Amino acid sequence: MTMSLTQQIVTIAMVVLGTMLTRFLPFVIFPPGKPTPKYVQYLGKVLPSAVLGLLVIYSLKDVSLLSGSHGVPEFIAIAAVSLLHFWRKNMLISIAGGTMVYMILVQLFF
Amino acid sequence: MLKLYEKQLAIKDVNHMKKRNQIWMAFRSAFPYTTPIFAGFVFLGIAYGIYMNSLGFSAIYPILLSLTIFAGSMEFVAAHLLLAAFHPINALFLTLMVNARHLFYGISMLDKYRGTGKKKFYMIYGLCDESFSINCTVDVPMNVDKGWFMFFVTLLNHSYWVIGATIGGIFGSLVQFNTEGLDFVMTALFVVIFIEQWMKEKRHHSALVGLGLSTVCLIIFGGNNFIIPAMLVILGMLTVLRKPLEKAEATV
Repeated sequence: MTMSLTQQIVTIAMVVLGTMLTRFLPFVIFPPGKPTPKYVQYLGKVLPSAVLGLLVIYSLKDVSLLSGSHGVPEFIAIAAVSLLHFWRKNMLISIAGGTMVYMILVQLFF
Repeated sequence: MLKLYEKQLAIKDVNHMKKRNQIWMAFRSAFPYTTPIFAGFVFLGIAYGIYMNSLGFSAIYPILLSLTIFAGSMEFVAAHLLLAAFHPINALFLTLMVNARHLFYGISMLDKYRGTGKKKFYMIYGLCDESFSINCTVDVPMNVDKGWFMFFVTLLNHSYWVIGATIGGIFGSLVQFNTEGLDFVMTALFVVIFIEQWMKEKRHHSALVGLGLSTVCLIIFGGNNFIIPAMLVILGMLTVLRKPLEKAEATV
């Protein structure tokens, strides 16, 4: 390792600071005492659905469609999760079932 | 006089008991929602600990980083930052870029976190992807305190992550069974939560905007650079859709 201990601590502190800035900023800019602008209230209502969609894609960001298994195991496993969930509506069954399907696919077939 | 004092004490006692019951009930109703994350985080945490171990860091690094940063992907990046040349400003900006999505979480939680007292500080501190997705979609039962519920979701998730990283950091080199693909548990969780939200809402514009534009941006910009452009176009599209959406809402 090339860094001194102090430099390491400063680097880690910067990462902590950056992360906390992104988490605290909205709450600092729009404190509960003051009325939140209508536009931001609107965003607070519609953003969650959009961000959850972004999160799904974000968790797939390292999947390559052009090489390796072309995202086929991911596609099948997500279909399994969705089917299980529309059928049984039980979070644990859907998640555990889908993950098992995925593990079997990548370990045995791809 | 003494009787009155005793009575007051008794009331205080009852209130104290009530509060403890309330906290315990919030814990018990929060825990089941976090069990998938238990599986995911302990596994990912262990993977992170092993990874740090393989880069030559002692166990104290994954433990401290998971405790203080508590943002999965950024902790992997932090390992690389620690191995590169010292450049703190670079580290700060890279973190802001990778974690910019938290800004959206904050805006979405402004209302839900309102009136939760001192717990709010910790709940913002621990506002990771998984805690956000649970707390923003779940319908807390009427008789359970919302603030404590969200607090425990955050605290439990945080502890799973630290426990995993600690195990991985200390025993990392000993893990033997084939865990390949277990990390899909996180994707499965997000898919399930996305579907839950989908079934709850009347209109799917926003969900489709998020899913569609993120996919387009991922294809154009690639896995490491797509978040910021995706956030910007989502924001733009939702802003354009505001008038028609609010109009539709008003006429229903």
